[in-house]
Amino acid sequence: MPFEVSDLAEMDAPEKEYLWTLNFGPQHPATHTTLRLILTLDGETVINALPHIGYLHSGFEKLGEHLDFNQYVTIVDRMNYISPLANEISWHHAVEKLLGIEITPRCKYLRTILAELMRLHDHLLNVGTTGLDLGAFTAFLYAFYQREKIYDIVESASGQRFHTSYTRVGGVMFDVNNAWVDKIRDFLKGFMPVHAEVHRLLTRNRIFIDRLKGVGYLSGEDCINMGVTGPLARASGVLRDLRKDEPYLAYPDLDFKIVAAKDGDCYARYLVRMQEMLESVKIIEQCLDNIPEGPVNIDAQTHIVPPAKPSVYRSIEGLIQHFEVMMPNRGYETPREEIYAATESPNGELGYYIVGDGSPRSYRARTRPPSYIHFAVFPQIIKGHQLSDVVAVLGSLNIIAAELDR
Amino acid sequence: MAMKDKPDNIFMTTLDAAASWARSNSLWPMPFATACCGIELMATASSRFDLARFGAEVMRFSPRQCDLMIVAGRVVMKMLPVLQRIWLQMPEPKWCISMGACACTGGVFDTYAVVQGVDRFIPVDLYVPGCPPRPEQLMAGIIALQDKIRHGGTLNGTEFAKRDQSNGPTPYDSDELIRIREANEKLISLN
Amino acid sequence: MSTAEALKAKFPEDELVFSEFRDNHRVAVPAAKLMPILSMLKSECGFDMLAELTAVDYLEYEGATDRFGVVYVLLNNTSGERLILKTFVNDPNPSLPSVYSLWKSADWLEREVYDMFGITFAGHPDLRRILMPDEFTAFPLRKDYPLKGRGERHNFPIVTRADS
Repeated sequence: MPFEVSDLAEMDAPEKEYLWTLNFGPQHPATHTTLRLILTLDGETVINALPHIGYLHSGFEKLGEHLDFNQYVTIVDRMNYISPLANEISWHHAVEKLLGIEITPRCKYLRTILAELMRLHDHLLNVGTTGLDLGAFTAFLYAFYQREKIYDIVESASGQRFHTSYTRVGGVMFDVNNAWVDKIRDFLKGFMPVHAEVHRLLTRNRIFIDRLKGVGYLSGEDCINMGVTGPLARASGVLRDLRKDEPYLAYPDLDFKIVAAKDGDCYARYLVRMQEMLESVKIIEQCLDNIPEGPVNIDAQTHIVPPAKPSVYRSIEGLIQHFEVMMPNRGYETPREEIYAATESPNGELGYYIVGDGSPRSYRARTRPPSYIHFAVFPQIIKGHQLSDVVAVLGSLNIIAAELDR
Repeated sequence: MAMKDKPDNIFMTTLDAAASWARSNSLWPMPFATACCGIELMATASSRFDLARFGAEVMRFSPRQCDLMIVAGRVVMKMLPVLQRIWLQMPEPKWCISMGACACTGGVFDTYAVVQGVDRFIPVDLYVPGCPPRPEQLMAGIIALQDKIRHGGTLNGTEFAKRDQSNGPTPYDSDELIRIREANEKLISLN
Repeated sequence: MSTAEALKAKFPEDELVFSEFRDNHRVAVPAAKLMPILSMLKSECGFDMLAELTAVDYLEYEGATDRFGVVYVLLNNTSGERLILKTFVNDPNPSLPSVYSLWKSADWLEREVYDMFGITFAGHPDLRRILMPDEFTAFPLRKDYPLKGRGERHNFPIVTRADS
């Protein structure tokens, strides 16, 4: 049980000099990327933490105002680089809502599979690095090997292993085939034993539990008041998951559960993530069994997606249509409206606020980044803990600097 | 090479070549990982690709213990002073790999906050292109750097002393031109 | 009673502009009434989460009359209802009351809006720049700031091999 900060108030005034300040980051292995903390310490106990961010601010939102809806997908990719496709799906979900496009059933299933693969992707890395930061190296290597397999799957769909830029307004870049579906089945078969192995390595590991249990407690009310969503909120008992509450893509058809815990500490977050992976596997299996046949893109007559390649190569109409879609100065009509749309990314509610001005380019492309909102919680939950717990708490919050700073 | 009138286990070489050979096979990288490329750097070091096969796996996060800085990811205005300070803290001899399009040129992020290539402000020995580069590509880069050290290295680092000027492109040039052109266009459209 | 009815019962109807687009329910309110409306929404209508706070610069938007729009996306965690509340502020010296006292998540979100647009929030406990360096003077997401900046990104000393 960490002692209260208010206990210290009495010995405040004259002895204040013995509190000392520690600069943590911005280049530090446990911050994973670029975060900076100014910690005020009493011995090893953290009295106060002051985060400094912006060490990776690269003007994403400004770029969004200069690129069109399809071009900007290459940029949102680079936002949460632990799960790139989840950003793309979220971005085009918002754009399609703005334009009023209903995507085809096959595309819905395909995107659902990819979104869930990305959830595995994210949680694997998070679980692995949580172990790594606490000194357990093996789980990290196991997790990374599974991630490589997901990279392979994504690569065979899109041609790029990391930043795929796979989704398009009204569909995806290429359709997938049955060999790809089999590839995922193979992966899932191999994934389950590894998941069980990681469980055996970490879940009941004495050191791991001692380092995580009771550390970084966040209550349910605080979660809501501070805007925390995703696995963090669910680990504190807030039953909220956009996949259930505001269903999108193929989620209404699927049978899955929301994973939640009551404890609200780092260990609960770890357990929620581990269990969510199993739910994701269930979702992917259902999708693979039910993936419908048919076109993956919406009708080319809408002039939003380019026509099929054979017609571009063999007919002048197809060529003209392709040209109309691809040229930046042609484009299509979009509503002069504003929309907020969000999806459940692996990290929480990833929302976009788009202001359309009638051109195929957003007037303002605002992201609601879960990492940004989660990191604001950090000073509150670290107070009263030890210096070495900073690493554990940072790991469990899963802060991705590029999403944090944009 | 082995000499005729000496026993087989005695080799003759120059001191420079011996030092370079030893240095090239014991690179200790300092992963200055800021963004996406950092994850690929992690992938390079972990299970499938295993950087350890090439003698450069001892990632050290303290600049004082490293001799190879891998700048992985975009460097922004707020981060550049940190990068320069870490570079200055590393002991000689040291090398720098600029990994990924953002570190090399700014990449897709041609915006107000991103430094357009770290080579404008610190010396870079090797560029690894790609967004992000595949792990194989980074390994090829490291092997190429080992080659460079083996062939050009000297014991007391005179090859570094020769390079007393920034080896990156001169800043301002193209950007200044673009800004002037944009200002002109604005004037024309106003008139 | 729906949120719209509750709002209309409490505040004069001609000040509130309700609209809907797809599944978004929106209301535009005058900046002077922002604080009473938000605190009423929190205490009486159960909007316990501020999911998002952002701003839009309408400088180049056709037909826009106000310079900045500030957007609050509120969420009711029990019913799952969302409400998008919007208000407008203008140059010079755009300013709004801070909602930090209602939702703590406003802390960093307001700082970001201040950093990017220069809109100040009165009553915010610690209104500093958050993403840009402290010495930065412009507000980058304003429409009159160029995408490539004004050369700040080149303004650093060069470290050469001779220095190091």
